[in-house]
Amino acid sequence: MSATVSPVPAAARLRRRTAGSWLRGITIGVVTLVFALPLVWMFAAAFKTNVQVTDPSVGLWFSPTLENFRNIVEAGQILRSMGNSLLVGVVSTVLSAVIAVPAAWAVGRFGMHRTGSLILVARIVPAISLLVPWYYLFAQMGLVGSYTVLTLSQMFVSVPLIMWIMISFFAGLPVELEEAARTDGLSAFGAFRRIALPLAAPGTATASLLAFVFSWNNFMFALIFADDRTQTVPVTLFNFISYASTDWGGLMAAATLITVPVVLAAVLGQKYLVAGLTSGATKG
Amino acid sequence: MSTTEVSPARPAAASEGGPAPARRPRTFEQANRRLKWAMLTPALLFVGLMIVFPLVYTVDLSLTDAFGAVNAGKGYVGLQNFADALGDTRRFWPAARRTLVFTVGAVILETVLGLALAMLMRKPFRGMRWVRTVLIIPLLTTPVAIGILWLLILDPTNGIANHLLAGIGLPRQEFLGSVGQSLPTLMLIDVWQWTPMMTLLLLAGLTTLPEEPEEAARVDGANGWQRFRHIVLPMLGPTLATALVLRAVDALKTFDILYATKGAGGGSDFEVETLNVYAYGLTFDYQEYGLAAAVLVLFTLFIIGVVVLLRRRGGRKTA
Repeated sequence: MSATVSPVPAAARLRRRTAGSWLRGITIGVVTLVFALPLVWMFAAAFKTNVQVTDPSVGLWFSPTLENFRNIVEAGQILRSMGNSLLVGVVSTVLSAVIAVPAAWAVGRFGMHRTGSLILVARIVPAISLLVPWYYLFAQMGLVGSYTVLTLSQMFVSVPLIMWIMISFFAGLPVELEEAARTDGLSAFGAFRRIALPLAAPGTATASLLAFVFSWNNFMFALIFADDRTQTVPVTLFNFISYASTDWGGLMAAATLITVPVVLAAVLGQKYLVAGLTSGATKG
Repeated sequence: MSTTEVSPARPAAASEGGPAPARRPRTFEQANRRLKWAMLTPALLFVGLMIVFPLVYTVDLSLTDAFGAVNAGKGYVGLQNFADALGDTRRFWPAARRTLVFTVGAVILETVLGLALAMLMRKPFRGMRWVRTVLIIPLLTTPVAIGILWLLILDPTNGIANHLLAGIGLPRQEFLGSVGQSLPTLMLIDVWQWTPMMTLLLLAGLTTLPEEPEEAARVDGANGWQRFRHIVLPMLGPTLATALVLRAVDALKTFDILYATKGAGGGSDFEVETLNVYAYGLTFDYQEYGLAAAVLVLFTLFIIGVVVLLRRRGGRKTA
């Protein structure tokens, strides 16, 4: 049906397509620049002196300096905060994956979508409506400021996120493989561990990477639950705004340090991250 | 799922072929019953302890006069906090209005621009990979860093934005430095950060659409706009509805960028104070736990209401 010849002569159509595709290419290019340039501007500012940062006519051509990075690293807090963010991010992501991946598999394979959607309510509930009771309770237990609470609160984001992604990932795996393994004598758990889990490795990696990025970025929980010792990068950055509001170069260097890992993840894992971010959306 | 349909045949096949273990449960489901709960329990336990219990606790707290130190006693005051919140035209209602304005404005712009961009990127082109990489960077970047970056760009005296505006002969703007422009400015920042998410979601939806209806319309002489309006858009309906719900929920809950750029209370005149920022301030600046909990209950109901509303409208469109 789709092979039917259109009434427009092929040559004319081709010409129109070419003109259109030029226009399309230019539009896509401009839009891409609009999304990229603000970040480029930030990266550039990190390598400028404070005089250059506050002079917009300097633009993108200048001799770069590492002075800003040296200053903020010598100030001490930023590296420790990055270490804290890394620790909280890795621990919360691993624990969340351990909890969420088997649950997602069970929801998919046993058709427990009602239970599944119950867990996903967590995506709707505003984090702050949990923050108040958490704070109230954790403060009474004297746990505010500990890595434990930072990690636990982060898992509120990670567990539903990983489940959300993995439910649709498992739904895309052929169930026949697991059934075949069952008839060959594997237990149901064996089918999960030896068949489904290895096949789901790319999905698990995607979901974990996203969970880590969102943990790395999390500001609200850390603002409340972190103390000076356990502070994560977004909080350090935020404090920096009020402490050093005139040190634009230092601010941009700190913002660059926190953004570089994310940009690296985006460049290296683009395909997987896009799949993870959009998973579940096309099924309604 | 399909497991239930096939399962009766399986044990028979298993016992015929090969040495099946002796203590083998009779059906797939029986073996699975214990397993499925074993695998779900940790997640359910976590959700129960970290989400359901705190939510119930919030409702309980909203009925008390909890204030000040967290281990100070609290007494039940009925619905007093709700009456206080709903009667507060100085902070609560303006915050609710800002939450709605911010969400509706930002999400509409993001949907229109996101859809346009998705249609533009629909057919593969050279460099697609790099464009998609650029698109995911804003939505993965730490919101606090994004706040700082725009503070620099939009700085009223030294920012590049005013420099560019002057270049094309437009007057200098205050942006985040003024009471009136702060909320619209932050909406535009949100649009910059989240339009790519809309685009990616809609692109994913577009790739699943069948090509035949559109091709048939083309043969019948429908032009590009007609094909988009009457073929693509209706078919994209379910994805559009889902994307809208996801984005609206996140936009309603926006906090980081507002707090990072304008600080506690959403600025000197509360100009960007949304319900989220308001509840945050009540809790951690004023220790008004009872009132904060009441605001949060109202806020959560508000979000659920929006989700239900959008779902219903989306559902009717697809039905």
